[in-house]
Amino acid sequence: MKVALFATCLVDTMTPSVAHATASLLQRLGHEVVVPPTQACCGQMHVNTGYRREAVSIVANHVRAFAGAEAIVSPSGSCVASIHHQQADVARRAGDETLARDAEELAGRTHELSQFLVDVLGVTDVGAYYPHRVTYHPTCHSLRLLKVGDRPLRLLREVRGLELAELPGAEQCCGFGGTFAVKNADTSTAMLTDKMANVLSTHAEICTAGDASCLMHIGGGLSRLRAGTRTVHLAEILASTEEAVTPHQSTKPAVSRPTTPAVTA
Amino acid sequence: MTATVPPKAPTFLGLPTAPRGVGHLRGDQSFPDAARTALRDGQLRANLGHATTTIRNKRAKVVGEVADWEQLRAAGKALKAATMAHLDEHLEELERQVTARGGTVHWARDANEANEIVTRLVQATGTGEVVKVKSMATQEIALNEALEAVGIEVFETDLAELIVQLGEDKPSHILVPAIHKNRAEIREIFARTIPGVDPGLTDEPRQLAMAARKHLRERFLRARVAISGANFGVAETGTLTVVESEGNGRMCLTLPETLITVMGIEKVVPTWRDLEVFLQLLPRSSTGERMNPYTSTWAGVTPGDGPQEFHLVLLDNGRTAVLADEVGREALHCIRCSACLNVCPVYERAGGHAYGSVYPGPIGAILSPLLTGVEDNASLPYASSLCGACYEVCPVAIDIPSILVHLRAEHVEAQEKTTAEAVAFRALAKVMSNPRLWHLAQRASRLGRLLSRGRPTLPNALPPPISGWTRSRDLPTPPTSTFVEQWTREHRSAK
Repeated sequence: MKVALFATCLVDTMTPSVAHATASLLQRLGHEVVVPPTQACCGQMHVNTGYRREAVSIVANHVRAFAGAEAIVSPSGSCVASIHHQQADVARRAGDETLARDAEELAGRTHELSQFLVDVLGVTDVGAYYPHRVTYHPTCHSLRLLKVGDRPLRLLREVRGLELAELPGAEQCCGFGGTFAVKNADTSTAMLTDKMANVLSTHAEICTAGDASCLMHIGGGLSRLRAGTRTVHLAEILASTEEAVTPHQSTKPAVSRPTTPAVTA
Repeated sequence: MTATVPPKAPTFLGLPTAPRGVGHLRGDQSFPDAARTALRDGQLRANLGHATTTIRNKRAKVVGEVADWEQLRAAGKALKAATMAHLDEHLEELERQVTARGGTVHWARDANEANEIVTRLVQATGTGEVVKVKSMATQEIALNEALEAVGIEVFETDLAELIVQLGEDKPSHILVPAIHKNRAEIREIFARTIPGVDPGLTDEPRQLAMAARKHLRERFLRARVAISGANFGVAETGTLTVVESEGNGRMCLTLPETLITVMGIEKVVPTWRDLEVFLQLLPRSSTGERMNPYTSTWAGVTPGDGPQEFHLVLLDNGRTAVLADEVGREALHCIRCSACLNVCPVYERAGGHAYGSVYPGPIGAILSPLLTGVEDNASLPYASSLCGACYEVCPVAIDIPSILVHLRAEHVEAQEKTTAEAVAFRALAKVMSNPRLWHLAQRASRLGRLLSRGRPTLPNALPPPISGWTRSRDLPTPPTSTFVEQWTREHRSAK
């Protein structure tokens, strides 16, 4: 299948390794990957901050960039949710029915990575190898808007060498929330602290998720605390193999393991 | 944004919102400021964390027992939407039926009118005190303060409302107004304020309940006037309904000679049968019980049985303005269960007082600005990470996150002066709509590398608004090139 990759503005600018990983994973599974060079942003940050009028031209650029693509895949639950639930509404409210219909049609062909792998390609074992203790944070928009369910966990369970640690209070928001993290920095930080406490309680080396934005938040907090646990996007784990770990990513064990054997068994 | 109440009244653009200067719908601080203080209160955080986790788990358990819960939710939503579409007709029918059964209906445009009507009715009975059933509508309009201003003593009889009243505190939760207090704090309030209380009072729940019971029982027996709210008003039969747990409401509704009920106009349901849906949805969502212990229903007056005088005050106070907002009107479907508060990560940490309104939590973050006009509660629509937990548990499926986003836009679009944020977002929108400009901007973001000086993260001390992030979280140093750049470069040379 020919797959168009939507990196998202954040991944493209701040964590390109996540998009590289998504591309190499899809290629390894035998698919052709194209990256439309005029892609930018889905418009979610504008819509969610109150700039829905301004978001219309961003949506239009997105629709132009991916016009004609057979399938679009993105390593972000939040951005795909915005494409599915916001883009057409924003265009329609602005009176642009053509754009609204185009956006709806495009949304129908746009998939979040774990849903694309499990539902469209029908795979859970992607042939990955990742010898680390990992805990998974289900991001709010992938969980509640896209309803990805246990797909990411099913993918992770098939990864050779990976030890999956259950995250307590997994379904609680990490406190990111886009501009919420800045406008309500104190409340956001309080939510993050509790999320980090749960992450650290698992003694995982890595906290993974399907959204680079939430991971930048959790990872930014862990890094500030000088915690050994780091954040790695689901795509990077699934792209890793015995032959090649994802570029730009260290794989050394980083956190001291609990001494009680029962926990690690 | 985080603006507090603006100095001038907004231009009149439509139906009247809840008036200023009366009631408890507006705080005196913005949410971020109030939350900042509350977050430092470790006792509050512990109390709220414990209480919300307990109720949330109870709710999840009993909702899980109902196989057709999603259909019930859909039915609740459909009933409310259909009712709102003909709200005027249902209200007039309710008035006809209540009147036919010997009650008197009063229409109150806003909090001031409602307070005047109730004050006049109480004064006409000649009594100097009233007992109250727990009611959000009367908290919204600050009825207690209005009655006390003319020398009428008001006794809250709901246990949690009593704790709040005796502690000279404010309610912080729709269902459990004293949720922010623990048993030890309640014992202290009772020991200090209840006349003649047993000096050996402990914080054992039964002892606390018995102390409140003894205190309240005297008031029930001598009260001549009771004031209540209503969970539902059935138009076809003129029946008012109060759903409660303690039975103190039942005492108020049956013992006094005069009963005055203040009901928001959105509480009307067309038919008796509609209660079938809502009386299943409400207790499981609110207290996490299969069925609540006391459901009182009454229509007009019955000679020789219960109050012989019944007044129904129908309260607008901004509700018609909410109805006129085609996105926000769904907020009127709320049945005040408070399930959204109990699952909200923001509410659980900041507590109810930070919202500045009697309606806290996710529903309050939409309902308060809708009732007052968004500019009078401008920080509330932003008091959410949009995690969606509220929508998931709402028994009438109110899409709270979408309404929050809608209200943010209403706030942005209401600004007469251009804010720095608007300048930035408009510029960014231009950039993100034009691939050439976007690539330039991405390259410009690499200037951040100069600040990092080879370190993997940017410095902690950066100017606002970035400081909001970097005060508590590291921000990674931008990479040397973007994904699209690298990909395009590699795949051009490959061809």
